[in-house]
Amino acid sequence: MASKPRTLYEKIWDAHVVERREDGTCLIFIDRHLVHEVTSPQAFEGLRLAGRPVRRPELTLATPDHNLPTTARIDAAGQRLPIADSQSAQQLGALEANVAEFGIRYFGATARQQGIVHVVGPEQGFSLPGTTIVCGDSHTAAHGGMGALAFGIGTSEVEHVLATQTLLLQPSRTMEIRVTGELGPGVTSKDLILHIIGVIGTAGGTGHVIEYRGEVFERMSVESRLTVCNMSIEGGARSGLVAPDETTFAYLKGRPFAPQGADWDAAVEYWRTLRTDEGATFDKSVVIDATQVQPTVTWGTSPEDTAPINGIVPDPDSFADPSKQDAARKSLAYMGLVPGQPLAGLPVENVFIGSCTNSRIEDLRAAAAVLKGRHRADNVKWAIVVPGSGLVKEQAEAEGLDRIFTEAGLEWREPGCSACLGMNPDKVPAGERCASTSNRNFVGRQGPGSRTHLVSPAMAAAAAVTGRLVDVRELI
Amino acid sequence: MDAVRAIDGRAIPFGLKNVDTDLIIPARWLKTISREGLGVGAFESVRAEPGNVFDDPRYAGAPILIAGDNFGCGSSREHAAWALADMGVRAVIAPSFSDIFSGNAFKNGILTVALPQEAVDRLLLVAQTDPVSIDLETQTVTTPFQDRFTFPIDPFRKDCLLRGLDEIGLTLARDGAIVGYEDQLAATRPWLVRGTALPA
Repeated sequence: MASKPRTLYEKIWDAHVVERREDGTCLIFIDRHLVHEVTSPQAFEGLRLAGRPVRRPELTLATPDHNLPTTARIDAAGQRLPIADSQSAQQLGALEANVAEFGIRYFGATARQQGIVHVVGPEQGFSLPGTTIVCGDSHTAAHGGMGALAFGIGTSEVEHVLATQTLLLQPSRTMEIRVTGELGPGVTSKDLILHIIGVIGTAGGTGHVIEYRGEVFERMSVESRLTVCNMSIEGGARSGLVAPDETTFAYLKGRPFAPQGADWDAAVEYWRTLRTDEGATFDKSVVIDATQVQPTVTWGTSPEDTAPINGIVPDPDSFADPSKQDAARKSLAYMGLVPGQPLAGLPVENVFIGSCTNSRIEDLRAAAAVLKGRHRADNVKWAIVVPGSGLVKEQAEAEGLDRIFTEAGLEWREPGCSACLGMNPDKVPAGERCASTSNRNFVGRQGPGSRTHLVSPAMAAAAAVTGRLVDVRELI
Repeated sequence: MDAVRAIDGRAIPFGLKNVDTDLIIPARWLKTISREGLGVGAFESVRAEPGNVFDDPRYAGAPILIAGDNFGCGSSREHAAWALADMGVRAVIAPSFSDIFSGNAFKNGILTVALPQEAVDRLLLVAQTDPVSIDLETQTVTTPFQDRFTFPIDPFRKDCLLRGLDEIGLTLARDGAIVGYEDQLAATRPWLVRGTALPA
């Protein structure tokens, strides 16, 4: 008898079941674990208090990103510069001490491989198709762009993975997002995922793992797929997936932790089986027409508050759900916007190009293409470009992108999470707007009182040179 | 983890939809290396507004929080659960919860009680004046006015909460099964671990 057709998610899940309990909860093996400084200290402390070792230290990779300032880390003499904030310094010091004590591989603050965990994992070939990947960070969903089942976990679960290399989980429901047609010129993977979240809502994927399907994703680079999957969590899904293919294999080949030689051939043979079977069914299915997607911006304080750049700020009364009306009114008051106001032309004082969503080389190239030969507008007070890793930084400098940024009046920084989350020194002042390539426009996310408009790297670059939200297609 | 059975008392009628974990505890509070003391930063931006529910004396020390749809969305920070626990919140009632938050809450003995919007609306009203009772064993929420709502909970989580079980301890007791899986993995997909071997 032929086995039941399975989705990609179900194949990866089945391959990782250590044990299935009678109540349906499964003990799932975790192939790869990424650790950063913010969500791990309490987990290591828990291990210490219980006298437990790390079960498989070689399957964990640590690097600092959230709390690390993006200004210079070494002085002219090559000496490490101190971190001014004592609490940040203590937390970063705790990670260094913990990785040393528990024998975990570590790319420290001054290593060239250091960077945002979700940039480092794929770049190093540590994140592989068909694997289970976790990290104490909700944007772990990004690694689904490699065809991995990747999701964010809390600190108690970080401790559980360190101690057991497993997690106790209930299987998720499956959701297909099928995108038909092609994206228009100047419309990117970031615009597409913002549009998708606008359609499904921030709770649209709750309890589900999304598989992104359709030719748009097949034609996308791995980096664009990482951007799409990264924001699955903003649609409520813990995880998003794109099936691995030749593009994925070409991206991975030769990376430091990717299989080599005969192992590579065996791995590719296995990875080729990781596709949703013909006839497999999803619990939920959404179809999106790519030709309808425009360069997209957010107007509110939830990532579902999206509109095309040439659209207007909606009237809260236009929403059917009373609780959404209330939320939209609060959002507009916070954002300093009124219903019916055009989004294009809105002045911005800050521009942030970076974050685990958009800090890879492709993102920096897209921003540089718009910035080349242009200059930051006078009303833009602060504009920074923050590469996702030291290796992205090296690559960008080899291509001369850093000079394009600095000649355009943008600052070129060291790798880290930067202004995405209002934790390290990179923050947006209260009451000011930021055109940001990050993933969240929550109240206070980029600093208390900050007003975030989420956009693609090209749109952020366009905002930097015009000083307002603008349709980048007018500049290319 | 301490066992959880019943939670009775005043409930903070917050009611907001899409409460993200940045709102529960902003990132600047995440520089700590401890689980303790985060209550002071909880709902900081909401508390900056005069007359907010969190600083209303009627709800001082309330063990229950009532919110809107999709509570705990966004960042995976368990600090959100620690901050709620530090505020004295032992249960959150809402129409739905983000997956990561509900897991984090469970790990800290905080009950996430999902009820239909109509029931939540009714409880938001009752909470203005009267206490609310939650019983985990019978999976019910009741009020002094004969309201009675039942809520779903994963049986495994319910058992762990009622017995106060340590999940890591439970899993470590299954070591034989994990070793069996690792042996099988080494045989079928050896390439998966060869690339990450640590230098001797």
